[in-house]
Amino acid sequence: MKALMTSWLAAVLLLASSLAQANLTIEITRGSDRATPIAVVPFAGGDDFPEDVAQVIHDNLERSGYFAPLPRRQMLDRPSDSSEVRYGSWRGLDVRYLVVGSASREGDGFRLRYELMDVSGERRMLGELVTADRGELRGAAHYISDQIFEAITGIRGAFQTRIAYVTAQGLGDNMQFTLYVADADGRNSQQVLSSPEPILSPAWSPDGRRLAYVSFETERPAIYIQDLASGQRVRATSFEGINGAPAWSPDGRRLAMSLSKEGRPEIYVMDIASRDFQRITNSSSIDTEPAWAPDGRSLLFTSDRSGGPQLYRHDFSSGEQKRLTFTGNYNARGRFSPDGEAIFLIHRSSNGFQVARQDLDSGRLVVLSDSRFDESPSVAPNGTMVIFATQQGNSGVLGAVTADGRASFRLPSASGDVREPAWSPFLN
Amino acid sequence: MQPKRGLKPYARTLAVALSLAFVAGCSSSGGTQDGSMDGTRGGGAGGGVAGSGVSGSQVGGTGIGTGGAGQQADGRIPQQRTIYFEFDSDRIRSEFESVLASHARYLRENGGARVVLQGHTDERGTREYNMALGERRARSVERFLSVQGVSPSQMEVVSYGEERPAARGQNEEAHAQNRRVVFAY
Repeated sequence: MKALMTSWLAAVLLLASSLAQANLTIEITRGSDRATPIAVVPFAGGDDFPEDVAQVIHDNLERSGYFAPLPRRQMLDRPSDSSEVRYGSWRGLDVRYLVVGSASREGDGFRLRYELMDVSGERRMLGELVTADRGELRGAAHYISDQIFEAITGIRGAFQTRIAYVTAQGLGDNMQFTLYVADADGRNSQQVLSSPEPILSPAWSPDGRRLAYVSFETERPAIYIQDLASGQRVRATSFEGINGAPAWSPDGRRLAMSLSKEGRPEIYVMDIASRDFQRITNSSSIDTEPAWAPDGRSLLFTSDRSGGPQLYRHDFSSGEQKRLTFTGNYNARGRFSPDGEAIFLIHRSSNGFQVARQDLDSGRLVVLSDSRFDESPSVAPNGTMVIFATQQGNSGVLGAVTADGRASFRLPSASGDVREPAWSPFLN
Repeated sequence: MQPKRGLKPYARTLAVALSLAFVAGCSSSGGTQDGSMDGTRGGGAGGGVAGSGVSGSQVGGTGIGTGGAGQQADGRIPQQRTIYFEFDSDRIRSEFESVLASHARYLRENGGARVVLQGHTDERGTREYNMALGERRARSVERFLSVQGVSPSQMEVVSYGEERPAARGQNEEAHAQNRRVVFAY
């Protein structure tokens, strides 16, 4: 019993130390010129709370690219209730929306009351009482951010979602790879797997409970599926050659992937329960990086069958495979927008490898990021942002850009390279 | 900047720590009519599982050293175990043909020897596509050795894509050192 306790404690300490290192911080690199002015007034009574709830909401809204929150020092007064709001003074500051609230402790947890006001209409749009368990204060702030975001934009908020990512340290023979899952703002990171061999291509199951990923821990690539709550996992494939690029079908029952067991990388779809495989491509070229259309009726994938890498779409009912990208000689690793009307991808231009969006109707491609070594775009479940891997100095960091390219930010890590971000589905 | 990886490929300690981190999704059921929020994201942690090291099997190593780089006529594994590639290419450069020939000779003369051909790319481009490009390079070496009479059963191809760079940096010098195939015996 004592030994068990000790090892449990060691595991907790190990986890705690890794948590301290792996949290990501956020730097806004480009604000949107069309962002809506809003003010989030510090909540009354929350001064001694472990988290500044209003600041978390402020940061969330700013990072979304949709809002330009007023800096606190410019606030003339700090109302905590709609009855205290003097609308004229906020109009004078060009603020269009106002968030006020108060906070108190309740037993072991917290009690938050907030209101959202339309300043020009002098109208209360939203008001709610939220209770949070101990340790859930940030979660409550993310919940409130979601409500405010949706009330104003009409778009479901994604502040309660999470991201998976991989960190790498070292070089050549001496490397350590770690797979993490963190809140969408980079906080509250938790280690999922750590290995001296490569880990890549994490992919969320549609219910947000499992991750599929590629790990080389046996010195060969294999695809694993891990349940996040229990930590239990299974090896899904370990064929000779490449076992790569797992992608969940929208119903969560199948996994598309790239396997080179027949000699060249081809796209397959595996039924997770039966382990039956359906081969999707049959070419003498590279076929990899599959992604499902939101309706599950087609697969996007990268193929170099025309010479260089381009994106193709496989239609399940007709079996037809149609090329989608024609701008430039390198377009790869596509992901659909949640509405299925656009794809996000890596495009090579004279400036390097960048995140781009192509609208499927028009075929028009727009470059969204302004860095040179971008990889692994992953779309937020509400379609408003794309997170990707990029370089800052000599380190890999995560970047994010709004789907229209207007605003962007970075999430640098304290140590090591960060790469392979995967945005979770909605979890609430 | 010769990667050391080829020297003792199986001597790496495989210590995969599986942290059973509890990462339940934010299970807030809050925000309905009463606005309550019962955040119950748990904080369970599990123990680590450490695998034990797999010790390496030395092949050859009994020959009397005469030692020209990549030119041993005895039973020793050729010393040069990395060859490099041009950008976006899997073509064997002529300057490395003698290196490949020495490995082919060694493998022919030591039928029990096995080699893993590890394909690598530079960091540019997407990871899974690079995984495929690394495999293409390693297969190109495999074909070359096969033509020289090496049995397919002695060779295995494993691509690492851009995951294990030998040199760091976003310049051509680093990129050139990373576009490689390593012979791991």
